[in-house]
Amino acid sequence: MRIKAGVITFALLVSPLSGIADESRLPDDYCAWEVVDYAIEEPLCGLSGDAARGKQIVTDAYKGNCLACHLLPVDGVEAYGNIGPPLHGLASRMSEAQIRLRVVDTRHINPMSIMPGFYRDPRLINRPAKDYKGKTFLTAQQVEDVIAYLETLK
Amino acid sequence: MILFRHLLILLCGSLLIVSSGASLALEAKSGYEYIKPATRAMQDDDFENPGMLAVERGLELFNNKQAGARQSCAECHGEDGIEMDKKSIARYPVVDESNSAIMTLQQTIGECRKRTGSQALPANHADLIAMETFVRNLAIGEVVDVQTDGAAVALLEQGEAIFKTRYGLIDMSCAHCHGMYTGLMIRGQKISQGQANGFPAYRLDIGEMTNLEQRIQQCLTSMRAEPFAADSEEIKLLGLYLMSRSNGLKIETPAVRY
Repeated sequence: MRIKAGVITFALLVSPLSGIADESRLPDDYCAWEVVDYAIEEPLCGLSGDAARGKQIVTDAYKGNCLACHLLPVDGVEAYGNIGPPLHGLASRMSEAQIRLRVVDTRHINPMSIMPGFYRDPRLINRPAKDYKGKTFLTAQQVEDVIAYLETLK
Repeated sequence: MILFRHLLILLCGSLLIVSSGASLALEAKSGYEYIKPATRAMQDDDFENPGMLAVERGLELFNNKQAGARQSCAECHGEDGIEMDKKSIARYPVVDESNSAIMTLQQTIGECRKRTGSQALPANHADLIAMETFVRNLAIGEVVDVQTDGAAVALLEQGEAIFKTRYGLIDMSCAHCHGMYTGLMIRGQKISQGQANGFPAYRLDIGEMTNLEQRIQQCLTSMRAEPFAADSEEIKLLGLYLMSRSNGLKIETPAVRY
């Protein structure tokens, strides 16, 4: 039986934030997600990811930019970072659903985490630049692609 | 007797905690400690340091009467700024006790320009930054000595709150990188403590002189945040807090930083 106390529905989480400006309303294509037992079981918007595209997003400094902080089994990286944990063998340590929450919004696990929420509710972002207002870091499809790639790291 | 022993153990235990806490306190280290050896060498050599061009430009502006001005800076402060007090320079940004206003070095230079009838320049104009760099460089080697008592206390608290606030789509606070992860690598660069003693500094990344207020703006922009305006209260509060963290470090202007 699933522990219901551990369930946080997304709608409940954001509804008390009444001071949100109209200009930062949720984008029409934003899909709600649900955290259950420190994981997000359902793929965002029901999409399926592509590992090859995911690898490109992970290494692209203007998209996922994961290498800025994480060591990954990717060749030829010069501008690497090590403030996040190394991701080698990630999929042998975590389920896909656990990885999904960490990519979507890891602050549900560690409120002090430095890691951006790549599909965090844009209304929770403090003082985004004009071009990024109301946007998520990655699209739902990109997040699923990244997860598909991370799933290959066994 | 047993009670006494328990008390003694408690006392020793708490002393241990206190002393280990003290040894863990963050020791201020200049950004110089975190840059690559080649960058250090560049900073240390006046002929290689690109920031020295700003110092020279500032010197020229300082010694010569500006357009419309009744007098030059040098007429009051001595040729080449020889009569300027280094210890006063090291106290910037300063706090006005009467109204708790923060005055940056650039603002003070701007006020001087106004008094002498020089053409007003917008905040962070290249000439103002050159003059700021020149004046700050006069105090090179002097220890940063920002006020931390009196009216500064409440202002520093506000600055610290900004330091700990997340901004932008990347959603990080200054404290994340420059507090938690100092010394580790981010995108190929070692993360510094975010000390302010080298500013204005020459930034290799953008190839420009950058004062502290601009560096704050650049950081916010890279967080995909809406940067604070150049002369905003937020930027002055954060600037004051950052410089107070550098108290005790030597002024390095013009430092060379990534």
